[in-house]
Amino acid sequence: MANRDATARIQPRKQDLEDAYAPPANFLEIDVLNPETHGIGNKRFTDYELRMRTNLPIFRVKESCVRRRYSDFEWLRGELERDSKIVVPPLPGKALSRQLPFRGDDGIFEEDFIEDRRQGLEQFINKIAGHPLAQNEKCLHIFLLEPVIDKNYVPGKVRLT
Amino acid sequence: MAEIKTEDGKKEKHYLYLDGETISGKVSIKLKKAGTRLEHHGIKVEFVGQIELYYDRGNHHEFTSLVRELARPGELTSNVSYDFEFNQVEKPYESYTGTNVRLRYFLRLTVVKRLSDLVKEQDIVVHTLSHYPDMNSSIKMEVGIEDSLHIEFEYNKSKYHLQDVIVGKIYFILVRIKIRHMELQIIKRETTGIGPNTFNENETIAKFEIMDGAPVRGESIPIRLFLNGYELTPTMRDINKKFSVRYYLNLVLVDEEDRRYFKQQEITVFRKADKVRKSVRNASAKFGSQDVAAHVQSPSSDHTDASSPRYEHNYIAD
Repeated sequence: MANRDATARIQPRKQDLEDAYAPPANFLEIDVLNPETHGIGNKRFTDYELRMRTNLPIFRVKESCVRRRYSDFEWLRGELERDSKIVVPPLPGKALSRQLPFRGDDGIFEEDFIEDRRQGLEQFINKIAGHPLAQNEKCLHIFLLEPVIDKNYVPGKVRLT
Repeated sequence: MAEIKTEDGKKEKHYLYLDGETISGKVSIKLKKAGTRLEHHGIKVEFVGQIELYYDRGNHHEFTSLVRELARPGELTSNVSYDFEFNQVEKPYESYTGTNVRLRYFLRLTVVKRLSDLVKEQDIVVHTLSHYPDMNSSIKMEVGIEDSLHIEFEYNKSKYHLQDVIVGKIYFILVRIKIRHMELQIIKRETTGIGPNTFNENETIAKFEIMDGAPVRGESIPIRLFLNGYELTPTMRDINKKFSVRYYLNLVLVDEEDRRYFKQQEITVFRKADKVRKSVRNASAKFGSQDVAAHVQSPSSDHTDASSPRYEHNYIAD
């Protein structure tokens, strides 16, 4: 028979009760809510409320609330494709056909369409924000935290201080 | 001694020999039609050990080749049998059948004739045994992705035998990602060829989930993986400078978004020497052709010790 010690379980380190029962250190939730259409006529656009709650130290605030429109998401996707090494998930469709004239309905301002788009954007941003490599990109922090996106920012990485 | 070996995905049984053991037996040649005559230019039996690369089928590399002449040129008028013996033959490598390469040992009977020879081959299986290593340190390492995930993993040994059990643990130092589960894989990497023509074949031999759910800092997850349930071979390093077979433990963590984080670690797998070897009597194998049926019988194997004496390695070069 093999020596008992040879196959005995390796003694684990004791876990702090604090660690065991504290909220996990990986809390990150982003909700895309309250779509609102602004403007009139053919200058209309829809934006969405982006609410983030987290306890990850890489984000300098624990809660934020900003409004973003579809083209802002496109901007973020473009920045990440160029600067980060990750494979960026796709956005919900651009729906160009809905922007053509002579449609019987409201085109891109249809309620159902906006709801589908909202869900797609929510999945997109949660997937991205949870990626350890995307969390280092300045563009993601600007997108989630800054009320207005400065398209002339200097691309770069965010370091944990 | 019969033993199982895989070939083309199927399993076959052949006699098992160790390094230094004598291979002896009997060749029986039966004429299919009684009363006919078979003229020949000699009958011989060879013991061959060779490496076959599947992408280079024309060039079999023989690393061992011995021959015994059984009969001078003449005529067969009736059934004959010849005894043969290859005394204390060196068999330096273990038999191996892989994805791109095969190492095999076999007996080849040749009846030389004017127009074309009659050739029959009979495979044997060779195992190489190792003694338990003196030094068998554990593998312990801390790895991670800055700010997102830090773990310390430990495996109780670095060298495992084929019926061993991998005992270990994973300790979570930092968990800022949402982990869904963790698994341990055994990966076999077969490397053939050299330099720019190197082929690496990876095969995942085992996938074993060791954790389901999200861990937090300070958690330890135990590992207990029994190797005898999996088809492993011993680790083979640079066999005759032709190929290698190496094994790796791959620890894989998967998060909620199906992102995979992994760490590979090589382990050495060896075949432990048994304490007792049983000898075998009266087994036999048959193979036939158009006008003769040749028959190799009963390796009357001497019961040799598991620890064979050391031999100088004088390989017969090709």
